[in-house]
Parts: sequence; C-alpha cells; structure tokens
Amino acid sequence: MNIHEYQAKELLRQYGVSVPRGHVAFTVDEAVDAARELGTDVVVVKAQIHAGGRGKAGGVKIAKSLDEVRTYASELLGKTLVTHQTGPEGKEVKRLLIEEGCAIDKEYYVGLVVDRSSDRVVLMASAEGGTEIEEVAAKTPEKIFKEYIDPLTGLMPFQARRIAFKLGIPARLVNKASQFMIGLYNCFVEKDCSIAEINPLVTTKDGDVLALDAKLNFDDNALYRHPELLEYRDLDEEDPKEIEASKYDLSYVSLDGNIGCMVNGAGLAMATMDIIKYYGGEPANFLDVGGGATKEKVTEAFKIILSDEKVKGIFVNIFGGIMRCDVIAEGVVAAAKQVGLSVPLVVRLEGTNVDLGKEILQNSGLDIIPAETMADGAEKIVKLVSTVKN
Amino acid sequence: MSIFINRDTKVIVQGITGKTAKFHTKQMLEYGTKIVGGISPGKGGQTVEGVPVFNTVQEAVDATGANASVIYVPAPFAADAIMEAADAGVELVICITEHIPVLDMVKVNRYLEGKKTRLIGPNCPGVITADECKIGIMPGYIHKKGHIGVVSRSGTLTYEAVYQLTKAGIGQTTAVGIGGDPVNGTNFIDVLKEFNEDPETEAVIMIGEIGGTAEEEAARWVRDNMTKPVVGFIGGRTAPPGKRMGHAGAIISGGTGTAESKIKVMTECGIRVAESPAVIGETLIEVLKEHNLYEKCKNLA
Repeated sequence: MNIHEYQAKELLRQYGVSVPRGHVAFTVDEAVDAARELGTDVVVVKAQIHAGGRGKAGGVKIAKSLDEVRTYASELLGKTLVTHQTGPEGKEVKRLLIEEGCAIDKEYYVGLVVDRSSDRVVLMASAEGGTEIEEVAAKTPEKIFKEYIDPLTGLMPFQARRIAFKLGIPARLVNKASQFMIGLYNCFVEKDCSIAEINPLVTTKDGDVLALDAKLNFDDNALYRHPELLEYRDLDEEDPKEIEASKYDLSYVSLDGNIGCMVNGAGLAMATMDIIKYYGGEPANFLDVGGGATKEKVTEAFKIILSDEKVKGIFVNIFGGIMRCDVIAEGVVAAAKQVGLSVPLVVRLEGTNVDLGKEILQNSGLDIIPAETMADGAEKIVKLVSTVKN
Repeated sequence: MSIFINRDTKVIVQGITGKTAKFHTKQMLEYGTKIVGGISPGKGGQTVEGVPVFNTVQEAVDATGANASVIYVPAPFAADAIMEAADAGVELVICITEHIPVLDMVKVNRYLEGKKTRLIGPNCPGVITADECKIGIMPGYIHKKGHIGVVSRSGTLTYEAVYQLTKAGIGQTTAVGIGGDPVNGTNFIDVLKEFNEDPETEAVIMIGEIGGTAEEEAARWVRDNMTKPVVGFIGGRTAPPGKRMGHAGAIISGGTGTAESKIKVMTECGIRVAESPAVIGETLIEVLKEHNLYEKCKNLA
C-alpha cells in the first residue's frame, strides 16, 4: 500500500524524524489558510499524488506571498500531472501539502528496503540527494553507502554515525542525522514498511536535519496488524478494477491490451500473459484466481474482466491441481450467463476433473472455444481478437 | 535417489486440524507419504485421518522421530510455527502458507542461522519425490519417476512444466517449489547443488520469474559449478514495472528484476531458456538429445 507524502511525514513525526511544518489542503481556501497559519516568508505548495517525479513535472511550487499560494493552489488542484511514474495518462491532483520553506544547505538521499540477497533490512544513503537513487546506483554505485541491519539489534547508532560521516554531514549535525536514521528505521519495522525513502534529506542553514520529501510503502501482507494505516488508503489513487478484485481476494493487475486472462496461480498467470504476447496479442490484465477459488470467486473474476471496455476476447487458462476443473467450468458458465458473453471466449482446462469440466462447458449451450494446450489457446484467442478488430 | 525427501521421510503436519491441512493430509497419505503426526495447540490427543495430534512440535518429534514438517498455519502465526519446528530440531521444514509479512521472514532467517534446519518456502507448493513422498499441495498424479530435477518459484507453472515432461515420457527425480516470496528459506543455488550431487538426476529445469536477482545469481553458479545441463524459463516478460504480479516477490523495482536481464544472464551462463511456457518440455528434450541423455531419460524410470 502506498500513502501520500503528507501522511508519511505525519507518521515519521511520531518516530522523532524531523520534517518541516505543514498542513494538507483539499481546496484553494484551505491552502491559503494553511499558509497563513504557518506564517513563514516562503511556503511550498506540493501536489500530493502517489508517484515520484512531481518536482520535474511542475507539481511543486515556491510561493512568497499568500496571493502566490492562491495562484499556485488553484493551478495545481484538478490538474493532471504527468511524471515518469504516472504513465502517459497522468494523475489528477486532489490534495496539496502546504509546507514551510527552509534554507537548504545540502541535500542527501536516505532509504530503507528489504534486501532480498542478504535477507536483511538495508539502510542506503548517498550524498547525491534529489536525484533518483536508481540512477546513482546504475552510474556511480560507489557513491551509495549501505548498512545491513541485524533484526535482533535493530539499526545501531554506530552504523548510523558511520553512514553520516561517509555522507560528509558536518560533525556537529552527525548526532541529529543518526537520530533521524534510527527513527526512520523504527518506523520501518514497527509499521511493516516495504520502502522508506527520504529524498532529499536536507541539512539547513539553521542546523537542522529534515526530511524534505518522504515516501513510505507498506507490506500488504502485514496490514492486518496495522488497522491504523488503512485510514491512509486513498482509493482515488488506485485502479477501480483492482479495488473490486481485492474485495474478493483476487490478484488483479490492469494492463493496456485487449485480451482478458483468467488463470490460477501467479506464475502461470504471468506465463499466460507472456504467451499471448508471444503469439502477437496484448494481455488486458493479470488475474490469478488463486488455488482455492470457488464458483463465486470465478464469477466475480469474470465480471471484472468484462467490465474492462478494452477487452475484445477472454482466455481462461487453468491447470487444476488442487483447483478442480469442474469448479472453474461451473463458474465460467454461471458468469457468462449472468453477465452475457459479448466477446469470444477460449478455455483451456487441464488437470483434476478435466473431463467433467470440459463436459460442463460443452453442455452449457454457450459459444466456448476449447483449447487443448496453453499454446493452442493463446493462438486461438489472438486470432479471434484480431478478426474482431478488422 | 532423490533430493531432500524420499520414502523414509517421516513428516509432521503443523496446523493439522485446519480445513486445508486436513484435506492435504489425506492427499499426502494417499500418495504414500509417511505422515507420523500433527500439531494443533490445545488439540493434543485427537486424531486426524488416523494421525495423532500433539500440542507442540517438540512433543510430536519426541514421540514420532519425525525429521520433516509441513506448515499450513495461517500467515500471522506461520513465522512462529517455523521457529518452533527449528527449535525442536526438525531437519526439513516446508512452509506452504502464503502472505507472511516479509519482516517476519527476515526474523525467521536470522533465527535459522547456525541451526541445522533447512526451510523450503514459504508461499510454495512443497516438494515431491515422484512415487515416493509428496509434501505439499501439488497434484501427485502428474509426477512420474525419472531423471529430471525441477526447481521453481511458482506452483501452477511447475505443474505445467512437469506435466509437459510426463506426457512426453520424461520422468522426474524431485520437484522443489522454493516459493514466490522475496525473503525465503532455500534458494535456487541450494537446490541446484543438491541436484548436481544426486546420481539419479541427469538434467534440471529451473523456473524463475520477475523480481530480485536470484536467477542471475543461480545462473552464475551454474556456469561455475554445474556439471549437468539446465533448462530455464522466466515468467513475466510482459509484466509492467512497479506492479506486484500476484507473488509478493514478483515485482520489477528500480529497473532490476526484469525478465530480459534474467534471460540474458541465464543464456550467457549456458542455460537454455525456453521461448514460451508451452515449450519448456520440448526445450529440455532438445538439450537432452544434444547431451546424449534422451534415451536414458525418455523411459519413465
């Protein structure tokens, strides 16, 4: 789960991580009020969307008067921001963060992730603040410093200090910087983050160490133990079909193509997308109905696929291990009858109770095209969809 | 021969009184797996499918001499279950449970350091040695005894590959699902090492997917150490960056973990990567023929 910058800063403040003073605003008037309350000469107006690269896309403005705050707020609210992370369609700005300006001395990068090779949380830092860390990693990996953290002790002060000195943070601010990093780590583990990124972390002319930006992502598998985080979820930032799928515990990802897929198992679902592409088609989605899918779940999955207007054909690819083919077949038939099947449907069934499953499909009276293998099915649906287009 | 498990492996089932565990206990027993006990705290003394239930893993191990455990307990309690098994000295722990928080797994792996326990999974279909022992949730009937080792991050895609082999008359030694989570127990290299040393295994199929760099690391190990041919497949060529594709570990982040980079490194390291998931079996046969192993592997052993 992703959250907004202002929410991340709210959380970090609870862990003693210093962030600039600021308020969220949903309207222009709220933005002006927030700026008045801050009472600083310089106020930063920041668009709040779940994507990085906002600065470059014109989503961050420096205002030197309340009038300027008003101008920038009206300009940004309702605007569609296109950054390198939003895709070409961009994201509409519905919230702003109004924050006090500060006199930046120098910018740094500090981040925490779970490192898959060492099975440890790793603290990464670089003096190249403000730039994308991936870019630094690719071009100048020697400029990234790392500390691997033992889960039994947590981030130790000596590790944080070592990073601070390597970054070249002025000696008088090293303790503040290490407190900052320890607070960030505590937030990371207590809230089950998957990513915590401060880019940039800044030292100021007043001798502060501040998170000028903050990005926190959370491990979806751990949300059950953090009900407080669910309040931060912003459904406007998510794909409506993905929200619908999550209600039924279906794993769904929306894509750009026109062939809907329904598959059991994540690996096979990815491979099914790949094979559609291999035969010249474009998948409209990733959809894993899971190992223990019921007739109802299959029906809902089918409805979600068909609610996508781009979909011109559907490929169902099932390898029934534990999942029985007759259950899938019943679900497919029920769904097709319920929602009305308007596009070609190719079904490949294999595994447990396959004959029974095929029989159910055959006797359904529906126009279902059977496929013998995965390749056969992919080829058939790609051909059918390309005919529809012409 | 086989790796990790065989007809003598004595298995206990953690969380045996749950619905899924009950179902699979029955399936495993029918396959011939020696299930010697189950654990369900507070339900000690009961039986499930004729199998005695204990309150703790230690009691079960003491009473039965079990050397392997399979875990079906729900995600919030799974890390604790893995550690309980390790504490009781169980040598092989196979965790089927999915959706375990990743920081729980970080703790688990730290806990396992220096212990003799091997963890497989979590979020995996389990391990099967054809015709001898099945521990997990895979359909038993698609597996046939033979000479091919299979290791994979995915469940159903493994079934797909195994079935392609079986239909072509090519049997398997052991199929190992290492799971789709970003932090797991046994990795590709651990399994490849075992297959390399197993006299019955003549060639290996390795099925990976987007996310992380485990396939690249394994490929380099293959190049430097493996004496047997390896055929690969990577799922997720068409997956968009930044999106989690079902498995917690299947995500392209910051430009790393793409299918292209994995396929490139694997190919450079001498692994033949199947073009499409439909030809994993065919690709293996091709490679077996080139190594004059086809005749030996073709007849189901």
